Amino acid sequence: MARNVSTGRKIGTTALAWFVGLVIFFPILWTFLTSFKTELQAISIPPVFVGFDWTLENYQTIQTQSNYFHFMANSIYLSLGSTALGLIVAVPAAWAMAFSPTKRTKDILLWMLSTKMLPAVGVLIPVYLMFIKFGLLDSRLGLIVVLFLINLPIIVWMLYTYFKEIPGEILEAARMDGASLRKEITQVLAPMAVPGIASTVLLNVILSWNEAFWTLNLTTSNAAPLTAFIASFSSPQGNFYAKLSAASMLAIAPILIVGWFSQKQLVRGLTFGAVK
Amino acid sequence: MRFSMLTASAVALIAVAATSAQAQTTLTIGTVNNSDMIRMQGLTPEFEKAHPDIKLNWVTLEENILRQRVTTDIATGGGQFDVMTIGTYEVPIWAKQEWLKPLDGLGDEYDVDDLIPAIRSALSNDGKLYAAPFYAESVLTLYRKDLFEKAGLTMPEKPTWDFIAEAAEKVTDKDAGVYGICLRGKPGWGENMGFLGNMAREFGANYFDADWKPQFESEGWKKAVTLYVDLMTKYGPPGAASNGFNENLQLFGQGKCGMWIDASVAASFVTDPKQSQVPDQVGFGAAPCGIEGCPNDGFNWLWAWSLAIPNSSQKAEAAQTFISWATSKEYLELVAEKEGWANVPPGTRTSLYENPKYTEAAPFAGATLNAIQHADPSPTDDKPYYGLQFAAIPEFQGLGTAVGQQMAAALSGSTSVEQALSQAQAIATREMTRGGYIKN
Repeated sequence: MARNVSTGRKIGTTALAWFVGLVIFFPILWTFLTSFKTELQAISIPPVFVGFDWTLENYQTIQTQSNYFHFMANSIYLSLGSTALGLIVAVPAAWAMAFSPTKRTKDILLWMLSTKMLPAVGVLIPVYLMFIKFGLLDSRLGLIVVLFLINLPIIVWMLYTYFKEIPGEILEAARMDGASLRKEITQVLAPMAVPGIASTVLLNVILSWNEAFWTLNLTTSNAAPLTAFIASFSSPQGNFYAKLSAASMLAIAPILIVGWFSQKQLVRGLTFGAVK
Repeated sequence: MRFSMLTASAVALIAVAATSAQAQTTLTIGTVNNSDMIRMQGLTPEFEKAHPDIKLNWVTLEENILRQRVTTDIATGGGQFDVMTIGTYEVPIWAKQEWLKPLDGLGDEYDVDDLIPAIRSALSNDGKLYAAPFYAESVLTLYRKDLFEKAGLTMPEKPTWDFIAEAAEKVTDKDAGVYGICLRGKPGWGENMGFLGNMAREFGANYFDADWKPQFESEGWKKAVTLYVDLMTKYGPPGAASNGFNENLQLFGQGKCGMWIDASVAASFVTDPKQSQVPDQVGFGAAPCGIEGCPNDGFNWLWAWSLAIPNSSQKAEAAQTFISWATSKEYLELVAEKEGWANVPPGTRTSLYENPKYTEAAPFAGATLNAIQHADPSPTDDKPYYGLQFAAIPEFQGLGTAVGQQMAAALSGSTSVEQALSQAQAIATREMTRGGYIKN
């Protein structure tokens, strides 16, 4: 039942929401505007907002300097690959934890999450040495495995909380009707958990897309994704803000568009289970 | 007959094509993003045309990421890079660790004696060259000719810090947004310490004495840092503690600085109308000195972005061919032909500075050469390490940055100069004892 809210209050909240939204969005907007400025305009004080000569020069320079599509293809491979691999392992794991928990389930969940507390750089050298040994340096396969592993705790946790929301009785009923384990998961559990799985997938694609430690340290060129593309436009000596902004826009554009279209799913998934 | 001739030549052609395809080597080159390097990437086809059996694969990264990336690879023997871009800080350390291959196959045409002696010495160990300089820089006092004229000032050939202080006061016009002097304040071993280490040398002080004892509480450091904080507080731009090279480049380019003492490479940016609003008003002076009589020799800083081959590379021969091309006289001519003499990478070869076409196109050439020639990074009796604005020991990165943070705190006023220096002394002494340099 909706509460009666005065118009004044509605306007107030709306204005506040817009304000907060704009503040959060402002860095992206500023990057967008800067990407169309010249290097001189990009650094001018006071800053120019829209009254400058819009130019596509930065985008052009970037295209001639490096192959954007090569980096983008790698980003797509890595984020989709690691997420797919993650689902294959995490769905059965979360299913087991949610529907046949043992005394230690909570401990295992917490222990899994604790691996995220280790600073990544602490294991850089061992991982690097393993990569040399297995010939995985600068390969997509190696990175997919690493990204899958670092995101796995999050996937399991998210799926676990969504699965917990599904009443165990439904699965029991399916079992009574003679459904096999595979059918139980694919035909009963999965369809009910679609919003949860969808938002898990989206979040993990975004996390893998933006991952900038391992992707920078374990690649040189063949497997380098968009994070390396951005890193190549920062300059120790010389003005680079306009070009860097253009590179950043190109790097976030695909994920921004995907996020835009799947907004509904994402929000529904993220709040799923939070409200009863 | 005719047919068999044709077949034979076709077979021969295929064979030649097959062997050349087989023999093609791909070199992976790790580099930073600066305009000279980007220009070289643009000239890749020229190199590949001259050496059809070698292909170049560029990996450009942000400076600190590159340093970390390359260090990891080289320390673990990963072999991901065949050529890498490193500075004069890394070369002596890495050469000693046997991480680099000596460059003994640069070819007869290379004319290694043409390299400016100070640079060559900075990149050699035990008489062997371990990296070839791509471009080099020292320090200059950049100043605004128009503002100096208005204030009735003339830049002396060898300015003293007293003169700089006087000029900073006269040129400052805060209402008009003009600050007398802009200097680095952002903490970091390669940021504010690059400048301050050099300034302390101008007052006769080093980082360490002959027994590796840190010198931050010496007279020279006290004078230098006190003057630095004083000048920047009175005549510097607001928020100077977060200004590095690029921030000062922006300020100077916008006409907000009367003087800027920094890397000589800045000269080419601030005289470029595309990047600066005051391209015609820039004068180039020598680095200031703080000691009576101005013994300017050896007081300048020296840095050279250089190309080296890691020991783990399997393609050393092709890598040397590339390095030889990239740092040759012919390369300088190639850049001049395609982009004009002003865009030639500076500071590496004596012959470049003897070329009237270059000295005409680059008004800062004389000042740059003079500064580089007066920089000798070799160890001396009272300075046990390589380097001028840095000390080429592995501990310096961490130590320098920690000390730099103290200096930035003094600049922003959150601590006094004495406190900052005694903190710096304590930090450095602890690190040097831990590193085994100071024996208890």
